[in-house]
Amino acid sequence: MSDLLEIDNLSKRFGGFVALDKISLSIPAGERLGLIGPNGSGKSTLVNCICGTLHNEQGTVQFDGQNIDGLEAHRRTHLGLARSFQLPRPFVSMTLADNIRIPLLYTLAARGLHLSQRSIEERCATLLHEVGLEAKAHRKPRDLTQVEMRKLELARAMAAQPKLLIADEAMAGLTHSEVEDILTLLVRLNEQGVTIILIEHIMRAVMSFSRRLVVLVSGKKIADGKPDEVMRDPEVERAYLGQ
Amino acid sequence: MRTPLFLLIWLVIAAAVFAGAVVSHNDYVFFAGYVVLQYIVLSTAWNILGGYCGYVNFGSAAFFALGAYSTVALYKATSEYELYQLPIPLLMLIGGAVSGLVGLGMGYLTLRLRGAFFAIATLALAVVLQTLVVNWDFVGGSRGAYIVRPEALEPFGPYIRYLFLMMLLLAVAAITTARLIEHSRLGYGFATIRDDELAAEASGVPTLKLKLIATTISGALMGMAGAPFPYYIGYLQPASAFGLDYAVNSIAMPLIGGTTSWVGPLVGAILLGSLQQIATVTISSAVNLLIVGCLLVGFVIVAPNGIVGLVHTFLQRKPDEFVGRRKVELDSPEAVP
Repeated sequence: MSDLLEIDNLSKRFGGFVALDKISLSIPAGERLGLIGPNGSGKSTLVNCICGTLHNEQGTVQFDGQNIDGLEAHRRTHLGLARSFQLPRPFVSMTLADNIRIPLLYTLAARGLHLSQRSIEERCATLLHEVGLEAKAHRKPRDLTQVEMRKLELARAMAAQPKLLIADEAMAGLTHSEVEDILTLLVRLNEQGVTIILIEHIMRAVMSFSRRLVVLVSGKKIADGKPDEVMRDPEVERAYLGQ
Repeated sequence: MRTPLFLLIWLVIAAAVFAGAVVSHNDYVFFAGYVVLQYIVLSTAWNILGGYCGYVNFGSAAFFALGAYSTVALYKATSEYELYQLPIPLLMLIGGAVSGLVGLGMGYLTLRLRGAFFAIATLALAVVLQTLVVNWDFVGGSRGAYIVRPEALEPFGPYIRYLFLMMLLLAVAAITTARLIEHSRLGYGFATIRDDELAAEASGVPTLKLKLIATTISGALMGMAGAPFPYYIGYLQPASAFGLDYAVNSIAMPLIGGTTSWVGPLVGAILLGSLQQIATVTISSAVNLLIVGCLLVGFVIVAPNGIVGLVHTFLQRKPDEFVGRRKVELDSPEAVP
């Protein structure tokens, strides 16, 4: 079986600055991949290239056996690629329930699944319950705390029923127990068959979640393998701790 | 409320308005009312793109004028070949189609721009179109064009009554369209565009397609509002069709009324439109834009969400205050048994 996501020789430049330099990466279905790297190493740029927010000049991205280069972001979401944003980007004028409703109305409908009004409402309720926000279903995002905002972000990504979920720093700035909450959520999703890429700075979270770890430094992939082996890699140590 | 019921209620209201105007036995009511109704359509149309999607269009006058000049062109063509004059509803549909198409084209060219850049592009469109019309001799160029308005049309009586009725029906159609959009999947999509386009795309919303739908509907409604205008005014020249009033009013009215629902543009247009008509008679027509300016400044400071927003906050605050007071009472020592 071919891999769910195949990135081949991907490069992205901003003017003279090379943000991503010939990245190749294959992710089989069901993987729990941790993606780490120092600030500015190109993690978010990679996510943006995979999700269609940015377009790569070189290389190809294949998702689920289909070449998705040049495809608009919403079409990629329809195919089963979902992401949460590093800084939560809720729809501020809508209630939480309506925030969740959007992917149901657009992504699921694009896959030919037209839900009735009632089943949409049930699904919104279920998803909000899963992230523990059902009590605030009719509140607006401005009433939420940081952790709740990130949970909403994940719930909205989950609503699109993705095959691959990319969580871009979903835990930055959260407390120990809040991190645990979100990790539990992600592990549960993965057990339901969703492939997950976790981008994170909190090493404890990455190490406990990932079954495979990829390290980016200055736009280059410098390591890829089992988490404990990768962390012992002298090159990774050098990148993180300096020489 | 279901859409057919909503439409029915508004048709009844429209019938009442028309009957009231007929009973007044004063044709001036029709002339003044026509302008107010025209602004209801324009501001509702503006709001579909500006309020729902968050794209500020400064080119309303261009779409309005396109509708008006479609009528002039058809009038000239039919007069030249001594053909039967086209009826107003058909002219409205043609004007709407022309403006809708230009809206689609403009959207395709400019919707990759955001914020001020989009606004500037729409303003530029108005200037370009005005220049074209000024140099197009067939529709009168800068000299303008005369349209001979029939004296009367049975069974409506004076022709202005017929024009008023047509505009009234168009206003009902515009409001119903706006409300239909608001409560549909399309409305949710528009709101995501206003809130955050990147997040909208990530949720699977085809933002460009939706924005094109918005510019087309919005442009078409403006064109439809403009189509009967030459018959209303009798003599159309570029400066009046592309007037600043249209651009400014169709932005100010939704802003003053409130941009998030169909009620806002309606309230804003009735309020501001009537006020302008009254000022025209009592003071002078030159004071109109001053009124708009002052009100706009006032509303931006006092009620940035418009009248609808103001009412909404007021209604929402009341129960909260009540709950708050109750809670204090329960917490106070007297409440302990």
